[in-house]
Amino acid sequence: MAGWSEQHIDLGGLTLTIGRGGSGRPLLILHHDTGTLDKLPFYEALSAHFDVIVPVHPGFSEKSERASWLRHPRDIAALYQWLLAELGVERVSLVGLGFGGWIAAEMAALAPRDFHRLVLVGAMGVKPPEGEIKDQAIVSYIDYAKAGFHDPAAFERNYGDVSTDQLVEWDLCREMSFRVAWKPYMYSPTLPHLLGGVKAPALVVWGDDDQIVPKSAGELYAKALKARFETVAASGHCVDMEQPDTLARLVTSFIEEN
Amino acid sequence: MHVMYFTEQPMSAYPADIGLETGHTALLFSNKHFDPVAGSELYNRYLEHYIYAEEQGVEGFMLNEHHNAPFCMQAKCNVFASILAAVTKKAKIVLLGNPLPLAENPVRLAEELAMIDMISKGRLVSGFVRGGGQEQLATGVNPAFNRERFEEAHDLVTAAWSRQGPFRWEGTHYQHRVVNPWAVPLQKPYPRVWIPGVLSRETIIWAAKQRYPYIALNTSIEATKNIWKIYDEAAAEVGYESGPENRGYLQQIHVSDSEEKAEKNARQFLWMQGEFTGLAHPVWANPSGYFSPSLRRNFVEFAVGRAENPRGRPTFEQQVADGRVFFGTPKTVIPKIRRVLEETRPSIYGIWGNDGTVSDADARTCIRLLGQEVMPAMREIGKELGLKDPFELNAPVHLKYSTDLKSMPQAAE
Repeated sequence: MAGWSEQHIDLGGLTLTIGRGGSGRPLLILHHDTGTLDKLPFYEALSAHFDVIVPVHPGFSEKSERASWLRHPRDIAALYQWLLAELGVERVSLVGLGFGGWIAAEMAALAPRDFHRLVLVGAMGVKPPEGEIKDQAIVSYIDYAKAGFHDPAAFERNYGDVSTDQLVEWDLCREMSFRVAWKPYMYSPTLPHLLGGVKAPALVVWGDDDQIVPKSAGELYAKALKARFETVAASGHCVDMEQPDTLARLVTSFIEEN
Repeated sequence: MHVMYFTEQPMSAYPADIGLETGHTALLFSNKHFDPVAGSELYNRYLEHYIYAEEQGVEGFMLNEHHNAPFCMQAKCNVFASILAAVTKKAKIVLLGNPLPLAENPVRLAEELAMIDMISKGRLVSGFVRGGGQEQLATGVNPAFNRERFEEAHDLVTAAWSRQGPFRWEGTHYQHRVVNPWAVPLQKPYPRVWIPGVLSRETIIWAAKQRYPYIALNTSIEATKNIWKIYDEAAAEVGYESGPENRGYLQQIHVSDSEEKAEKNARQFLWMQGEFTGLAHPVWANPSGYFSPSLRRNFVEFAVGRAENPRGRPTFEQQVADGRVFFGTPKTVIPKIRRVLEETRPSIYGIWGNDGTVSDADARTCIRLLGQEVMPAMREIGKELGLKDPFELNAPVHLKYSTDLKSMPQAAE
């Protein structure tokens, strides 16, 4: 990807790896609980419009160190506020994908005046009023990652023949997910009560075939944030990997609109 | 030498055909297949077996627990230990053990164990385990903090036993503003703690550094020797020389009054192996964060079916050839046990006698022959080989109660 660079930043006793590319308004993308591939068409599409920053969540890859003190997504949210301060960027827009959506929502709730726009895509972090967030602990690594897609071909397109390195990464992701979000699993009971203060305009996007996080969680977010709710057709939980162009268009127009 | 009787207490009345059809018989295998009428009968049968065992001369009972699976009916080993504390008189009650990380309140666990120790008049051996991966998932406990919780719960339980209260505990996983249980163990400084295990190098080293005997669970002779090498090195590091009193072993041994019947019943040991290591998803047995990071790469390949189970699935014949399963009459079995005692020199020996669908009558025959013939012969061999157990030697309960430590270079502060 042209102009894409990897940086390492020391914060809170760990070294965080971030990918960064493009220019324009700063945009922080927070990835799924399954980690992130180095290069995604979704990141590339957005980097044509924005200064895209993608931190690799601490502990979610061999690339980004874990710290034993990190025990809740809210800790990661606070760490990322620190990251933004280090990078010297202001009025950032947040795009949170799945588990990363939880972190984004926590960041917005912790600093309700700070952000330009908030986009949550299939976000975890709240207890779905109907249905439950899929428990990855009882299924294999590949089955869990596949459940993030509506069309198995989209999984193949992104991951190909899954390598042992990828399996190791998923095991690290899973361990770190357990360390920060074991109980209650993948939601915070207090977060919904804090969303009302968020001043940033928000957009909530859901794949119409999300098998990981029930749509009812998205509706709860949309109501609490007074956000627009968009459904993407022919997409599972990983809208960013299954319908990257559609999602990039939605995000770009939402962030750029007045 | 201390010899004890063990059974997994199988829920043998469950529909095995449905288990095979379902493809797994643990964790998510529905408890609609658990029949409490059969369960009641079996619990009482197993209880009678322990009482009978003591009458036949058995000097120790080894108890354990598992969750959500038919291979073991004990969901809480303290329940059977409490009953046996009251209804038996002499045999040691050896818990191998309470899964510490599953305890949300280790102080309560300390109280339960103290009560068992007092009711049994000081017959408790309180082993502790990490618990298998499935046990964490079955009880909602975070597998990624398994070892942290194990070590901290151990420290809190032993503090509750041995420090005068009230005191305060501000740990990572456990916080108690008042620790002052009005039930403390009869045995001082506290009941003996033995640590069973099979796989984890970290646990062997941890046990050696506490000076707790390690009980190798049904490992091959070669694997057992390797365990003792690791243990002995760790013991030397903290200043003591380990010996038979630090070594325990659990072995599958079915004895009967004929070779044919013994073999038929010994094949039931496969029943448990099929359920336990065969029919469960690898990520249930080893959830992420539960196992050693050094095994991560091998494990993920196994978990998706790209590599063989590192523990293997040897046939019955192979297990017999490896010396992991013994069967026969007392006359043919005793020489085989002698070889294990000579080669690996444990002073603590658990005999896993009955499993699967062995009939009540055959189980009792096995228990009678163990108590009357096999175990007395083992104790004699133990004397001959100098295999003195921790009770005979009055070995220190924990490293910190040692009086024989070699002076160690002090670490810089």
